Amino acid sequence: MSELTLQERRTAASVRLEWGLVALGVLALIAAPFFIYPIFVMKMLCFALFACAFNLLLGYTGLLSFGHATFFGGAAYLCAYAVKAWGWPPEAGILLGMGGAALLGLVMGFLAIRRQGIYFAMITLALAQMFYFFCVQAPFTEGEDGIQGVPRGTLFGIVDLNVTMNMYYVVLAIFLIGVFAVWRIVNSPFGMILRSIRENENRAISLGYSVGRYKLAAFVMSAALAGLAGATKAIVFQFATLTDVTWQMSGEVILMNLLGGIGTMVGPVVGAGLVVGLENTLATSGFPVTIATGLIFMVCVLIFRRGIVGEIYARWLAPAADGGDKG
Amino acid sequence: MVLSARGLRRDFAGFVAVNSVDLDVHHGKIHALIGPNGAGKTTIFNLLTKFLQPTSGRIELLGTDITRTSPAKVARMGLVRSFQISAIFPHLSVLDNVRVALQRPSGLGFQFWRSLSALDELTPRARELLGIVGLDDAANRLAGDLSYGRKRVLEIATTLALDPKVLLLDEPMAGMGHEDVGTISGIIRSLARDRAVLMVEHNLTVVADLCDWITVMQRGQVLAAGDYATVSQDERVRIAYMGTEHE
Repeated sequence: MSELTLQERRTAASVRLEWGLVALGVLALIAAPFFIYPIFVMKMLCFALFACAFNLLLGYTGLLSFGHATFFGGAAYLCAYAVKAWGWPPEAGILLGMGGAALLGLVMGFLAIRRQGIYFAMITLALAQMFYFFCVQAPFTEGEDGIQGVPRGTLFGIVDLNVTMNMYYVVLAIFLIGVFAVWRIVNSPFGMILRSIRENENRAISLGYSVGRYKLAAFVMSAALAGLAGATKAIVFQFATLTDVTWQMSGEVILMNLLGGIGTMVGPVVGAGLVVGLENTLATSGFPVTIATGLIFMVCVLIFRRGIVGEIYARWLAPAADGGDKG
Repeated sequence: MVLSARGLRRDFAGFVAVNSVDLDVHHGKIHALIGPNGAGKTTIFNLLTKFLQPTSGRIELLGTDITRTSPAKVARMGLVRSFQISAIFPHLSVLDNVRVALQRPSGLGFQFWRSLSALDELTPRARELLGIVGLDDAANRLAGDLSYGRKRVLEIATTLALDPKVLLLDEPMAGMGHEDVGTISGIIRSLARDRAVLMVEHNLTVVADLCDWITVMQRGQVLAAGDYATVSQDERVRIAYMGTEHE
């Protein structure tokens, strides 16, 4: 019995600590544009949301997709086109991008969930490559140039997004809403079933769950949120290009997750921050970025396999919370 | 008769794992499937629960043909199985393991917008089930931290949460200590009062003590069937399986 109560106390204390850290992080993000170049933080936030959306699938459902660039980049194209060519307001463009990504996710997920493990990853990769070549050929993406000069417009006709600070807080709001959505899905009755499927798929089937439907639902949700990130990025940077639909982008989001920590809420955010930060730093130095990220990836896999946040949880957070509880 | 199979056959790339097997499972009875390793017992379980498709033959559950039904659908119809290696969700708490099972009939499965407290309504029933199998003191522990015997008991509690019409138990006693075997026998006996039980079991003392009907398998085929007295007197069975251990 004492063991049981100890564990309960430890959980309660570490949960309190976690919420404290999250609140601190949000405050830091609110203050960030006054100290750091806002465009850079916005880029980080878009990628962090993308990584969180991906984590919903890999970390909480156990599905490794190698085609998430499709949803990120596809939504960016849709949003950019709707805003530029049809003159849609930014919020409508973002929603369209999200919806389009969800639809793409439905198609890709429908085909991929029939297989498991490496085959699942390969099917998503193959479909993502097909989508990439579609984007290369289709006239509306404007090929190698991409859709440039997308107007930021005014949000709901009130907020002028051409003002950098306005844009920043809109992106921060979208990021927080997106991360909250992931958190809510993970900690919901539905999320419970996703976890049980990840833990023991056959057992979930034998309890009567049609696991295919749950996986597909999770896939579509993840795709939609990745789309939200991609569409927002298109508005921030005012362009959508082929870079966002390449397989390297699918790989990058996996790297962000592995680096930060799969299956933790904060891990993907930290991972995305590191990767984006590193790319920005190295972009001016002339040192090839891919070599640096490759090296980091290897170190990560060899030394801290749970990812940075995952290791912190495992090594310090739980014992520290326990110790603090005694005092 | 709740579950019946006729002419069940399954080939694996030329190897016939199960061949023309007939099987009837009755309400309120405990039915044992025994036989040496590789006799096809687990394959039959997989065929009956639709985790494998039969090459030929026909399966009926409660009067409905389920030969081509999906495994999840079969489970929803009331045919629930356990696995040879304990099938639990190791990183969920013991209580959550049972609640996941209760969640399916409750219709809460797809509610992704609600908080986890939506599942609180299932907690009393889950605790009740844990009480039945004697796991109430471990409700908040991680299922993966339980001892082997208690994991098997938890699996039975989870299965029970679905209130199945037919219960398929794959070696429920495997790797268990003496007291655990007694506990599980008791649980299985009380379960069988209002449902049908089909179990694969190697422990013949348990089979003799617990089971009303025994089907002996060898090389994918039914060697003999009957109650323990009949089967244990059967000359072929004695030679093939029991003779050496039970003389």
